[in-house]
Amino acid sequence: MANLSKVKNPMPVQDPKERAKNFSEVALGYTEQQARDEAERCLNCKNKPCQAGCPVGIDIPAFIQKIKDGDYEGAYQVIAESSSLAAVCGRVCPQETQCESKCVRGRNGEPVAIGRLERFVADYHNAHKAGVAHRSRTNGHRVAVVGSGPAGLSCAGELNSRGYDVTVFEALHTAGGVLVYGIPEFRLPKKIVADEIENLKARGVKFELNTVIGRTMLVDELFEDGYEAVFIGSGAGLPNFMKIKGEDLKGVYSANEYLTRVNLMKAYRDGSDTPIKHSKTVAVVGGGNVAMDATRCALRLGAERVVMVYRRSEAELPARKEEVEHAKEEGVEFLMLTAPIEVLGDEHKNVRALKCRRMELGEPDASGRRRPVPVEGSEFELEADTVIVAIGTSPNPLIKNTTPGIDVQRWGGIITDEHGKTTRDMVYAGGDAVTGAATVILAMGAGKDAAEQIDKKIRNS
Amino acid sequence: MYKIVGKQPLNPTVTRMVIDAPRVAKKAQPGMFIILRVDEDGERIPLTIADYDAQAGTVTIIFQIVGATTLRLNTLNVGDSLHDFVGPLGRPTELDGLKKVAVIGGGVGCAIALPTAKKLHELGATVHSVIGFRNKDLVILEDEFRAASETCVLMTDDGSIGRKGLVTDALEQLIESGNKYDEVIAIGPLVMMKFVCKLTEKYGIKTVVSMNPIMIDGTGMCGGCRLTVGGEMKFACVDGPDFDGHKVDFDEAIERGRMYAEFERHAYEKECNLLKN
Repeated sequence: MANLSKVKNPMPVQDPKERAKNFSEVALGYTEQQARDEAERCLNCKNKPCQAGCPVGIDIPAFIQKIKDGDYEGAYQVIAESSSLAAVCGRVCPQETQCESKCVRGRNGEPVAIGRLERFVADYHNAHKAGVAHRSRTNGHRVAVVGSGPAGLSCAGELNSRGYDVTVFEALHTAGGVLVYGIPEFRLPKKIVADEIENLKARGVKFELNTVIGRTMLVDELFEDGYEAVFIGSGAGLPNFMKIKGEDLKGVYSANEYLTRVNLMKAYRDGSDTPIKHSKTVAVVGGGNVAMDATRCALRLGAERVVMVYRRSEAELPARKEEVEHAKEEGVEFLMLTAPIEVLGDEHKNVRALKCRRMELGEPDASGRRRPVPVEGSEFELEADTVIVAIGTSPNPLIKNTTPGIDVQRWGGIITDEHGKTTRDMVYAGGDAVTGAATVILAMGAGKDAAEQIDKKIRNS
Repeated sequence: MYKIVGKQPLNPTVTRMVIDAPRVAKKAQPGMFIILRVDEDGERIPLTIADYDAQAGTVTIIFQIVGATTLRLNTLNVGDSLHDFVGPLGRPTELDGLKKVAVIGGGVGCAIALPTAKKLHELGATVHSVIGFRNKDLVILEDEFRAASETCVLMTDDGSIGRKGLVTDALEQLIESGNKYDEVIAIGPLVMMKFVCKLTEKYGIKTVVSMNPIMIDGTGMCGGCRLTVGGEMKFACVDGPDFDGHKVDFDEAIERGRMYAEFERHAYEKECNLLKN
């Protein structure tokens, strides 16, 4: 019997007051009952508009049908045909702008909660899987993947299932890229990422940690070592700063540094070896998902007041709506139409305040968003002992500088064709290294796409 | 895991360790650094490479016991392993075309200055070295510096060995006595490098310093190692660690280096207590 409810089954979550003090996952996941009830909202459209909205092209109505049938493992298998990281994507994908934005149910009410259902299915699979994955049969062709973030993992998974002998090279001491150093535990538990990586290992993908391509080994040496193709998924790169006075003060962090300390280096645990400032008042500059993660980590580390400073209005916030709502519920304050102009320090060079100026929205700019214009005489000081800068990143020049034949955009992103092929034969790239900071699922889509091209190219040569 | 194949105390607080890391050894050059973790969940600490042997596949590090991690590192022995060892990171020191160079090392910074002096010596350059320590018990690598230099001046703060005074005193004398250096390379505590730069600025001699700020990943991701050089923001891990010393804002670097002083002191004391039990 179809479920005609206009709204999604709500996601059970930890109480905001409770969760603002812990690093456990915020969203708790659907029960079997909730999942089946939500699945019944799907109309199983013949033309599958939702599938077209998915960067990796998951057959969404098919997996939802399996949920309706109570065949949850079957549902997982449908997803696994297109995505190697279902448990991750079910948690961090911006479904509202992708699959769910195309859902017919969304025209009159809320769309089907596709993301929540994906997560339910992936969690069911992880909780019930019998034994480990089987080693894939190999065709003897070797491919190197640089970086173990979403682009690299998805490329490696796809190549592995097509029979390739894949080695992933990771600069850090843990595999997972932004999934482990950037996205916090309460949004994506590290155990889930570790499980996905163990799964790839069991299927035969090799991981070489502590290996910086461009320093420890060069791309040319990978070819000399017998790799026939190289995929570069090296990620977003160096953090941008505001280029205002006072960014050298003690207590100013890039979001990358702050999140890396908290997540990868586990500063959130009591007694951790990793130093981090236990702040009273934190100002986070920026309005994206990274800024949101930083505000919510700061709260959980015990800050009394966390203020997000953003120069446009709430309508322009690039962060996911759900993240904004969660942050608000937890007590993060939002200071919109506000631009920092200087970080002020005390006599010991510690941050004491963020000097800001009010903005108002003017004419639309090149991005189509209304340009913020300063309001004369509106300067004020926002008291803070910590300032976290979350205004994006610029590509890391390491691989470009050490790899002949790879062209980059003026802003540093690696140039590729629409399927990830770079200007050098047999070198492919995808994810943030190509697009600049974007989403996990777009990086995964690019990794998968490049894997298909690499496969085609090697088979035809 | 990266095996320790050699260990030798150089003075009561400075240890030399040789690590089996063939890939790092193959690419290492003077001025580059590594990042290590002693154990799972340990801190990532950057250390500049003190020596390397591509054939043997080993990399030598020399570290001073200053905090909890170096204290724990020093408890390991030959046969034990480090959990992580990544590198070589940063850009190598540019030595091409240098004919006459003064290499200045201060304290444990001498460990980093030595491979540069050795390489210059191998390239046929004239090397004058000035190495400074607080007192005679802390002197390290004197013989190695003498072997790589035409002139080597040993300075101590208290005059207990060598000459009494600061490295800048000896450098000034060398310059005043008519030595014309293409470049001065100074590696040591920030304050020492700052004053070497002040001196050489007066004489208009190009001076390169090696910066060792707080950093996490060392590959250009976290932005923790940022410095102001010539009014611009630079990242020590990808733009350095060598910089034109006359352009570095040392006072800022000194302040930023103190960011976690309190935390580090607590961690060190905790580790000391652990080791006592």
